[in-house]
Amino acid sequence: MDLSEQAENIKRISGVDTKKCLRCGKCTASCPNYEDMEYHPHQFVYFIENGYLDRLLKSDAAFRCMTCFACVERCPRDVKPAKLIEAVRLTLVRQKDSNRLKPYDIIENLNADLPQQAIVSAMRKYTK
Amino acid sequence: MKYSYYPGCTLKTKAKELDVYARKCAEKLGVELTEVDDWQCCGGVYTTSRDEIVTKLSSVRALNNAKERGQSLVTVCSACHNVIKRVNYDMANDAFVNAGANNYLQLATPYNGETKVIHFLELLRDEIGFENVKKAVVNPVKRRISAYYGCLLLRPGNVMAMDDPENPRIMEDFISAIGGTPVVSPYRNECCGAYLAVTDPAVPARHCGYITDSFKAKGAETVITACPLCMYNLKRNSGDLPVVYFSEILAEALGVK
Ligand code: SF4
Ligand code: SF4
Repeated sequence: MDLSEQAENIKRISGVDTKKCLRCGKCTASCPNYEDMEYHPHQFVYFIENGYLDRLLKSDAAFRCMTCFACVERCPRDVKPAKLIEAVRLTLVRQKDSNRLKPYDIIENLNADLPQQAIVSAMRKYTK
Repeated sequence: MKYSYYPGCTLKTKAKELDVYARKCAEKLGVELTEVDDWQCCGGVYTTSRDEIVTKLSSVRALNNAKERGQSLVTVCSACHNVIKRVNYDMANDAFVNAGANNYLQLATPYNGETKVIHFLELLRDEIGFENVKKAVVNPVKRRISAYYGCLLLRPGNVMAMDDPENPRIMEDFISAIGGTPVVSPYRNECCGAYLAVTDPAVPARHCGYITDSFKAKGAETVITACPLCMYNLKRNSGDLPVVYFSEILAEALGVK
């Protein structure tokens, strides 16, 4: 798939209509992980709409999103940026040898209190 | 009152208190919870993409089991609740997800989102009634308590439909019902940092720092949560501010702890 086909696929699997965005920036203003993400929710929407998907695919921004859905809740146009971000993440991890988290990596932050929920959630977000 | 019950993996291991005290309280309040047959892990996080079918199947199985029993499905973990409720919404509203899941499962009767999913807090508010919970309290919890909702109970608001996602009150009303004083902080529905605990613990440390500082500044003596991952992230970063599961503090109030 070329980049524009990939962008179409991201829109299709996320169910997001990027054209609905009015560029108000409220999603990004709501994002608690703003300072940690190279690109912000409104940029995911704008880049996918306007042919800059390559920037998102080269960045780890999608993997810094916590899927907290604040951007979704507060968007006045119901664009659902977090769903777009998840589709970008899936586009990456669905490629061969592209898992962002290997079982051995977990050991580094493993301790007696870490809940199973954290591990299964991380595996779901960072691997296929 | 009889309900199907979905505990979830973490509630059988690292978050036993959340499950054990919820069951004890249900019993005390005259509610019979029967575990879903052969339930499987919900996966911890809902997969938002429409072409993710396999990752939604365990929720559909649990939902269908409750449907076959003719019961509503009670959850207690925020994460399981979020996943199962959102998958249920898809089964009722997204023809593509519905077709994929039903095609795979080949159930005797297709599942179309019929089961009602109720979080334990909703069970207390809507089925039992907070006024009846209040009547059953034997040890009022006379403490200043902050409710930490996090993300999963409330968002997305149109699907979770538990409360106003920006200005909720169900946990504050719960605190009042058990004799405590609710302490409200604007950080109560901000994310704890979630699964980044596994890849980069500095992220939850930063978020939980803001959250617990805010609770402390408002004079909270205890924080309550319904999520094992929020519990983990908060506890590691809350200093001397205790964090407990809402079911444990309810058990204390009902005298079953
Ligand atoms: S879902 Fe992701 S992008 Fe949206 S507000 Fe939360 S962390 Fe930010
Ligand atoms: S909040 Fe919604 S409309 Fe505003 S910039 Fe973000 S996606 Fe666009």
